[in-house]
Amino acid sequence: MNTIIIALSRYLIILFMLIYTFECFFVFRYPNEESRKQIYFRQNLWMFFMLLTGYLSLLLTLKDLSILWFFLMQMVILAAVLLLYHYLYPYANRLILNNMCMLLSVGFLILTRLSHAKAIRQFSIAAFTLAICMFVPFFFQKCKVFNRMAWIFAAIGIFSIGMVFLFSRVINGSKLNVSIFGITFQPSEFIKITYAFAVAGLLYQSATFRQILISAFMAGFHVLLLVFCKDLGSAVLYFVVYFCMLYVATEKLYYFLLGLVFGAVASVASYFLFSHVRNRVAAFIDPIATIENAGYQVSQSLFAIGTGGWFGLGLAQGAPKTIPVVEADFVFAAICEELGVIFGMCLILICVSCLVMFLNIAMRFHNRFYKLLAVGLSVMYGFQVLLTLGGVTKFIPLTGVTLPLISYGGSSVMVSLITFSLIQGMYISVKEEQHKLRKG
Amino acid sequence: MFQLFRKSENNRKKPMDPGNRQILVITYAFVLIFILLIGYLFIYTQFYSEDLISNPYNKRQDLYAKKVVRGQILSRDHEVLAETETDEEGNERRVYPYQHLFAHAIGFTSHGKIGIESIANFKLLTSDVYIGERLRNDFAGRKNPGNKVVTTLDVYMQQVADVSMGNRSGAVIATDLKTGEILVLLSKPDFDPNTILTNWDELNADQERSVLLNRATQGLYPPGSTFKIVTALAYLKEHSDPDDYAFDCKGSFTYEGNVINCYHGIKHGELDFTKSFAKSCNSSFANISTQLNRRSFKQTCNELLFDAAIPSPYSYRQSTIPLKSSSSIGEVMQTAIGQGKTMITPFHMNLITQAIANDGILMDPYVISGIYTAYDDPVKETKPSEFGRLVGRSYAKKMQRLMEEVVQTGTATKLKDTVGYTASGKTGSAEYTTDKSRSHAWFTGYAGREEPKIAVTVIVEDGGSGGDVAVPVARNVFDAYFGRY
Repeated sequence: MNTIIIALSRYLIILFMLIYTFECFFVFRYPNEESRKQIYFRQNLWMFFMLLTGYLSLLLTLKDLSILWFFLMQMVILAAVLLLYHYLYPYANRLILNNMCMLLSVGFLILTRLSHAKAIRQFSIAAFTLAICMFVPFFFQKCKVFNRMAWIFAAIGIFSIGMVFLFSRVINGSKLNVSIFGITFQPSEFIKITYAFAVAGLLYQSATFRQILISAFMAGFHVLLLVFCKDLGSAVLYFVVYFCMLYVATEKLYYFLLGLVFGAVASVASYFLFSHVRNRVAAFIDPIATIENAGYQVSQSLFAIGTGGWFGLGLAQGAPKTIPVVEADFVFAAICEELGVIFGMCLILICVSCLVMFLNIAMRFHNRFYKLLAVGLSVMYGFQVLLTLGGVTKFIPLTGVTLPLISYGGSSVMVSLITFSLIQGMYISVKEEQHKLRKG
Repeated sequence: MFQLFRKSENNRKKPMDPGNRQILVITYAFVLIFILLIGYLFIYTQFYSEDLISNPYNKRQDLYAKKVVRGQILSRDHEVLAETETDEEGNERRVYPYQHLFAHAIGFTSHGKIGIESIANFKLLTSDVYIGERLRNDFAGRKNPGNKVVTTLDVYMQQVADVSMGNRSGAVIATDLKTGEILVLLSKPDFDPNTILTNWDELNADQERSVLLNRATQGLYPPGSTFKIVTALAYLKEHSDPDDYAFDCKGSFTYEGNVINCYHGIKHGELDFTKSFAKSCNSSFANISTQLNRRSFKQTCNELLFDAAIPSPYSYRQSTIPLKSSSSIGEVMQTAIGQGKTMITPFHMNLITQAIANDGILMDPYVISGIYTAYDDPVKETKPSEFGRLVGRSYAKKMQRLMEEVVQTGTATKLKDTVGYTASGKTGSAEYTTDKSRSHAWFTGYAGREEPKIAVTVIVEDGGSGGDVAVPVARNVFDAYFGRY
C-alpha cells in the first residue's frame, strides 16, 4: 500500500502543480477580479492537495511523525494568511497572494525533505515575517512620507554595506553576513528594499540630468561597496535594478543601452580582476572539465536535474545532498531532482506570473513614486530569480543568489515576503482610493 | 497574460501613462529570457542530460539499482557476457559466463566500475520497457528489468586472441576499420570478475603485474619500430619522390656523435625507402630523420593524435611524444625509430593503423552497438560515424604499399601466405630497459579480401621480436575473422 501511495504521489504532485500553474495564466481570460475569484479559490485547493500528497509521501518514506505536525502547522499559517487578507484587505491582489503562499509551501516541502531542522527554522522566520507583513499595506496607506526619505534610505543602505565591508569575515570568498546580538543576517538582502526606495525617491519628481547624476552616484556607491565585499551577485542585481528604474523614469532607451554597455565593460573588467569570476566562467563553459574544483557545484546540480528527469525521482528518493549549499542557492536543482523538471518548469512559470503581475501593477499606478518603486522591486525579484535559476541550470554563469521565498535563509525569505507585501500594499492603497472615488 | 495588457489598454482608451511603454519593454524582455530559460531546460533534459549523467562523478547512479534490475551485456552475436541473477530471497548477483575472457572489456560493477559496466552503467540501470509495465511494477514495488547493452565484441575472436597470448602479458585489439566497431579488446594478465569481491585486495595489491590495468587503452609502451609508420609518413610529406632515397646499412649509423644500431646489429646492406621500411632498418631511419624538418615532423605526430585526446569509448591514457622544434638531433634520431621517450597505448596505435588502411579517414571507435529493452525493442542504436581525416588520401595509399611490403619481403613474412585475405602491417621490437636484449614485441596491421577491412594491434610484453612473436598472434586473429565473416 505504501509503495502505491508513494509511487502515485510522485505523479499527483506534478499534476496538481500543472493545474495550479495553468490557472495562473488561465485567470487572465476573465476581465475583472470579481469573476476570477472562483479560480483563485480553486488554486488554493490545488495547493492544499499538492502539499497533502507531498507530505504524505514524505511521511511514508521517512516514517517521522513530526512531519505530520509540521504539515498541520503550515496549513494553519497558510489558512490564516489567506483568511486575514480576505477580511482585512478585500482589495488585495489574490494572484500575488496565492503565488506567495504556493512558493513558500514548495520551499517548506523541499526543505523538510532536505533538513527538518532547517525547515522548522525557515518556517518560524516566515511565520513571524508574515505576521508583521500583515501590517505593511495598512502602514503604507497611512504613511505618505516615504517619497521624501530617499537620502535616509540611501544612508541606511550605504552604512549597512559599509559595516559588512569593515567588520564581516570572509566566507567562501565574499563578505556577506554580520552578527548582532548573536543573530546573523545578510544586510545586502535588506538593503534591496531601502535601495529601491532610495532610487525611486531620487528619480520620481524630475529626471533632470542633475538628478540622474545624483542618483547614479548613490547607486554606484552601493554597487561599488558590494563589489568590495566581493558579493558580485548582489552587485549585478543592484546595477540592473538601477538601470531599469532609470529607463522607466527617463523614458529614454539610450539610458538602458548605456547601462548594457557599461555592464558589459564592468563584466569583462571583473573577469580580469577577480579570480573567482574566472572560475565561475570556466565552470560555466565546461563544468565537467573543472569538476574537481570550480565546476563541482554546477556539475552536481546538472547531474541532479538530469537524473531526476521529467518526472523526478520522488521525494526523499534522490541524492540532492551531494550538491553543495543545496538548501540555499541550489534548491532548484533539488526540486528538479526529486519532483521533476516538469514541476521545475511550472515553478519558473509561477515566478514569471508573479513578475508579470508585479510589473502590470506598476503600470496601473499613476503615482510616479509608486510606479518607480514597484518597477524597482519587480526587477529586483525577477532578475534575482533569473540569476539563480540560470546559474543552477548552467544557462548563465553562477552568481550565488537565492531563489526568493523558496531557498533556505532567514534574511532572504524575510526580504522576499516584505517585497511581496510592499507591492501588495501599494496595490491595495490605490485600489481603495479608486473605490472611494467611484463611491464619491 | 498578453491579453491582460490589451484589455487594460482598451478599457482606458487613454494614452499610456508616462513610463508604461518602458515597463512593457522590460516585461517583454523578462518574459522572453524566461522562455529561453525554459526552452534551454527542455533541451537539456530531453537531449543532453543522458550523456552527462552517466559521468562516474554522478553518485545517483546507484539509486537506480534500487528500482531496476541491472540489464544484460551481450556480444555481437547476442551471447550473454554479463547478467544479473536474482535468487528466491531477492539477492542479486552479477554473473560473467566467460569468466576472465572479457575481464577488462566488460569490467565489473563492484569497487568502482570499469569497462562497459562503467561506460553503460546508466543504460543498464534504466528500464525502457513499456510505460504501463513500469507503472505496474512501480505500484507493486517490483523492480523493472533494465536495458540490454549489445556490444560489438566477438566471443570467438576474443577467445582466439586469448589462447594465442597464453600466459604472456600484453594486449590485443581488433577493430572493423570501415565502421569503427571494436571486435577484440584483450588485456593480459586478467582476472575473473565473478570473484572480484573476494580477490579484490589481492588484485589491487599486485603492483608488479597490474592485473586491473586495461593495457589496451591505458598501458603506455615505447612504440619501437611501429613508430616508423609515423616517421615514414613525415618523410613522404616532405619528399615528393622517395624513390630517390638510397642508403647502405652497415649495422649502425653515426651522426654528429650519435650512434643508432640496427636490431641485433644486423647489416641490411643496400636499401631504398621501401626496403628500409620493410626490413625496419634503424640505421636507415636514423639517417632519414636527419633530413626531416622538426616542425613538420611534430606536425605529423599531432595530426596522428599524439599529445592529444583520442576517440575512445574506454577511459585511456594519452600518448606522449617529447619532440620539440628545439630537440637535439640525437633525440630526433631516437624518436624516429620509436625509442627515446615516446609512449603510446596499443589502442592509439590501432587507431593510426585504421586511419591509414581506410585511406586516411578514422572512424569513431565504438563498442556499444545498441541499447535494447529487456524485450529486445530498440532504444538507441549506434550508427558508424567518421571521426575525421588523419592522413591525406595519397599519403595513406603510399603508406599502404609500404606496409604491404613488410609482409611480402620484410619483417612480417609470417603473414604472407594467408588464405582468402591479404595482410599488411608493421612490426616492432621495443627496448624498454637498459638491457638491449629484452624487448616488447609489437605488430600493428590490417587485412582484407579486396580492400582493408579489419585492423589488429598486438603487443606482447618482453616477448622479443615482433615478427616472430606478435605477428603469429595477429595472424590467428585475422584467420579467425576471415574464417567467420
